[in-house]
Amino acid sequence: MFTEYKHGFVTDIDTERFPCGINEEIVRELSWKKKEPPFLLEFRLKAYHLWKELQAPSWAQLQIPPIDFQSICYYSAPKVKQKLDRMDLVDPELLKTFERLGIPLEEQKRLANVAVDVVFDSVSLGTTFQKTLQEAGVVLCSMTEAVEKYAELLEQYLGSVVPIGDNFFAALNSAVFSDGSFVYIPKGVKSPMELSTYFRINDKISGQFERTLIIAEEDSYVSYLEGCTAPSYDTNQLHAAVVELVAKDRAEIKYATVQNWYAGDPKTGKGGIWNFVTKRGRCQGVQSKISWTQVEAGAAITWKYPSCILQGDQSIGAFYSVALTNGYMQADTGTKMIHLGKNTKSTILVKGISADYSSNTYRGLVKIAPKAAGSRNYTQCDSMLIQDRCSAHTFPTIEVGNGSSQVEHEASTSKISEEQLFYLQARGLSKEKAIQMILHGFCREVLQEMPLEFAVEAEKLLAIKLEHSVG
Amino acid sequence: MIEILDLVVQKEGRVILQGVTLTIMQGEIHAMMGPNGAGKSTLAKVLAGDPTYEVLRGSVQFYGEDLLEKEPEERAHLGLFLGFQYPVEIPGISNELFLHTALNEKRAFQGKIPLSMEEFRALLIKHMKQMEMQEEFAARNINEGFSGGEKKRNEILQMAILDPSFCLLDETDSGLDIDAMKVVAAGVRSFMNQDKALLLITHYQRLLDYIRPDFVHVLVDGKIVQSGDASLALSLEKFGYEALCKA
Repeated sequence: MFTEYKHGFVTDIDTERFPCGINEEIVRELSWKKKEPPFLLEFRLKAYHLWKELQAPSWAQLQIPPIDFQSICYYSAPKVKQKLDRMDLVDPELLKTFERLGIPLEEQKRLANVAVDVVFDSVSLGTTFQKTLQEAGVVLCSMTEAVEKYAELLEQYLGSVVPIGDNFFAALNSAVFSDGSFVYIPKGVKSPMELSTYFRINDKISGQFERTLIIAEEDSYVSYLEGCTAPSYDTNQLHAAVVELVAKDRAEIKYATVQNWYAGDPKTGKGGIWNFVTKRGRCQGVQSKISWTQVEAGAAITWKYPSCILQGDQSIGAFYSVALTNGYMQADTGTKMIHLGKNTKSTILVKGISADYSSNTYRGLVKIAPKAAGSRNYTQCDSMLIQDRCSAHTFPTIEVGNGSSQVEHEASTSKISEEQLFYLQARGLSKEKAIQMILHGFCREVLQEMPLEFAVEAEKLLAIKLEHSVG
Repeated sequence: MIEILDLVVQKEGRVILQGVTLTIMQGEIHAMMGPNGAGKSTLAKVLAGDPTYEVLRGSVQFYGEDLLEKEPEERAHLGLFLGFQYPVEIPGISNELFLHTALNEKRAFQGKIPLSMEEFRALLIKHMKQMEMQEEFAARNINEGFSGGEKKRNEILQMAILDPSFCLLDETDSGLDIDAMKVVAAGVRSFMNQDKALLLITHYQRLLDYIRPDFVHVLVDGKIVQSGDASLALSLEKFGYEALCKA
């Protein structure tokens, strides 16, 4: 009985699907379906033609199975996730994780896709937040809505930080992006709250090719949080997102990510999301600031280098990262700090944790242009290995084009040992608490850059993920 | 309090303890002596629950409970404490946070309400003074960059705060100068009372000058070959283990 219901549901969605594969016709059709203005169609077509000429990057320390781009469907009507009727239909493993992360019941239901009471519906919650934001003049909406309402801003800024032909995956995203988020903070406005994809209405499924654009005008401030600690499941294997940030004079953007995509079967390495993300911020104005904070704990393959272009004089860029890999996960992640303006500063603080058979790579570029006099970078790169079968690599590249700038690099590798665990347990801490405490010590400097409640959740998430890998 | 019966233990295919039997009652201080590699530290770690050792045979009753089937933290909650020979460094976590967490875990097990930050700090400062430790010690990361003597002092501080009923001190005296030894010994003495018990593992008579044991045992090749009173330690100091091994 249940099965029939499911089938009926899926058929409905399928009627709105394009044929699989990508060609110019598909890109045109996609743009037309979404009723996009001509500039966007042109943007997509240009990207598509560039993409055809580009090769998938092969320089990363990753083993990427061949991807058949003609077997992917590039457009389907806004999906409505199938709702489950009752909590007891949810995967018990998932519920256990929710419980231990301390996620409230109503929130668990939302994340597990169980129908929730009207009172707790995230749409109504979202609406309240939208009102507060509107009063402050802050725009937070889906990309689709932004195409309708803020076409001029999109035309000006889309692709201005990550050019459409920047790399293979960014070009693909530019050609076929489905939806995403748009944030605009007017001059002098400090966003009255943390913005989160969670509160974005009209967009409950992020989609495979997500696009985000955040513009912070002069003297404005915004803190944005993407993702959540709860496990995310998705049937799409390939994800190729693009995020662009623009900070004007004295503006500040803080962008935090918690990524916990399905990482594949930890025992066999089968399945899991391949996450190819291009994130870049432009500190366009003087004394502007952009910081990226990420906790990467999921996905089978991660290829991601949130970067800052420090264009304005005295602008400041930062990258704080915790990347955890276990099972058969592979992560090649890091940052680029491009110093163009005078007296620009950047900080890179990276913590890599690898367990089981996983591979964890930090790849970074610090480039100080000849004109960027008096600039400084500090990089600290720490790896923690759990057992001997995993691997950790660091590939830092430093290019300094003038004599008045300073670059510092520190690196360390340590092991979470059975000895440490036993020591803490012998003092009365449970194994879970002991792992959490060791990780807390290791990641503290990065997690303290996150909003407090997320830092606490992220710490728990890391400990839960590692529980089966230690001891 | 603790009853060890015919304990046989191996690690990585090598049998280290070959049938140790030992009973320790409340109010008693025992010393375990013996040459390097005899299995003294193994005995201490096995009792505390080190998962890298495998018990092949034998039993250990602690307050009438089967100790060997319990997790290390459960053993700690029941009142067992191991002062490590080589205390482990844990970067990024302050002594204070660690000890506060550990004490409240134990209190939770005992059904007591947790101590607040302020209450705990008062307790910590009191004990640190007793151990002649600088206040900045509390904020330092667990054992990170500590000298050998500081690490051992820290073990005794942890013991004083967690207030266990049975302590295994594994070569707590090694690496201490004479002044530090006096402080540590005073710490141990003030911990000891009629409800508690102590097993000191040591190479030397030196510590036993400050903490007088009721019983001395000699462990050779994984077996207790001789037991006696405090005078046994003195004769060992004089004649060495060699004589005993031949006997």
